[in-house]
Amino acid sequence: MDVQSKVIEIIAEQAMLEPEDVTLESTPDSLGIDSLGLVESIFAIEEAFDISIPFNANDPSASDFDISSVATIVAGITRLIEEKAT
Amino acid sequence: MTRVVITGVGTINPLGHDAQSTYAAMREGRCGIGPLDFRDVDRLSVRIGAQIRDYDAETVFNRQQLALYDRFTQFTLISARQAVAQSGLCFSGPLADRSGVVLGTSGGGLTTQDENYRAVYEEGKNRVHPFVVPKLMNNAAASHVSMEFNLRGPSFTVATACASSNHAMGQAFSMIRSGLCTAMVTGGTEAMLCFGGVKAWEGLRVMSKDACRPFSATRNGMVQGEGAGVFVFEALDHAQARGAEILAEVLGFAMTSDAADIVMPSKQGAARAIAGALADGGIARERVGYINAHGTGTAANDKTECAAVADVFGTHADKLMISSTKSMHGHLIGGTGAVELLACLMALNEGVIAPTIGYEEPDPECALDVVPNEAREAEVDVVLSNAFAFGGLNAVLALGRV
Repeated sequence: MDVQSKVIEIIAEQAMLEPEDVTLESTPDSLGIDSLGLVESIFAIEEAFDISIPFNANDPSASDFDISSVATIVAGITRLIEEKAT
Repeated sequence: MTRVVITGVGTINPLGHDAQSTYAAMREGRCGIGPLDFRDVDRLSVRIGAQIRDYDAETVFNRQQLALYDRFTQFTLISARQAVAQSGLCFSGPLADRSGVVLGTSGGGLTTQDENYRAVYEEGKNRVHPFVVPKLMNNAAASHVSMEFNLRGPSFTVATACASSNHAMGQAFSMIRSGLCTAMVTGGTEAMLCFGGVKAWEGLRVMSKDACRPFSATRNGMVQGEGAGVFVFEALDHAQARGAEILAEVLGFAMTSDAADIVMPSKQGAARAIAGALADGGIARERVGYINAHGTGTAANDKTECAAVADVFGTHADKLMISSTKSMHGHLIGGTGAVELLACLMALNEGVIAPTIGYEEPDPECALDVVPNEAREAEVDVVLSNAFAFGGLNAVLALGRV
């Protein structure tokens, strides 16, 4: 499974939706994922890809990991996986 | 109703090994937060905390005692010895039967648990020390205090996460006020600074990796601490009859539940607890000069707490002082309200308001007088101590002079 599909699967599970209901434009807010749900999703993503995501729930916008939409989350994870490989 | 006063105080915390050294540190705005020092700290992403320094348990307790005393119990006994000694009370006869211990703790013997899980899971051992259970149980500290001082009345432990100490002291207050007890040893304790304790908190992603900066726009999370604060609460008439020195009167107490979210705080729940404590003590809000804030340094708590204070106090919110001493001693979780009550006693008795250190930049959502960075001399009449726990459980105490 590619990164995007896996991330969508994790986020859909968190939001209690079907993966096809989650699009790249979806935001955590639009999916009904609150701050605790976001922390849980990030944990699940870290476990799935064996990466560490810099994320502080106090100020999500402060880290360079952009969680504003599914697309930016996928892009951030793809970058972290590449960095890990090098 | 019986009036309730404080006649003894004791503590060991990251700022000092007794009340006087803690007051001195708060007055200087000294920071007790630094690099954590314990096994496997290199496997943590959060590596700072407020640990108690220059403490050697073996110089205080003997081998048999240490086999039974987890760190949270050690801190409690050290604090209780100071508090009882200062009170001058000797518990025997009917007084012993009408006196007890109510302590707050969240994790209890977490270090004991951590060490023994490590032994059986990581090291594969199949035998543990026979005292693991009596050492780790949450009520161990309360029980050892009852044994050491012959307190034979109602004793128990309260666990409401970060509000444990305030809930405990509120119970002690209510038990004396209602006539059930004459004196109570009360407060709280925590020793969560071990690998498992910090690892669990790390998972929540609310911990700062550099400093605790409550109310500052630059705040980025909480920092954990450890230690205990223990007080002797006593019926006013009993204390006066024996000529005891009275440190403060406990004027009011209130507790509320947000009934909303397991981690996110609620302005309404906090405001109801603050207003409730004032109502319980029959205190006009203009009399409140200082609030020791819950002030964790997280984004969510600090703005919610300031909004709650503004709601309750109206225009007076701009005249009172509110500081978070967690910036100095860290967040002692179940023990935090007890150590923070020391800042309230210092405000009442020494006319010194402990500062919020680490304050860098105003946050419009925390636009109150947070006593930034430097202690301030001020005469205050009534002080409050806020505690708002995960789980939405809030407890606020009001103190004043007799």
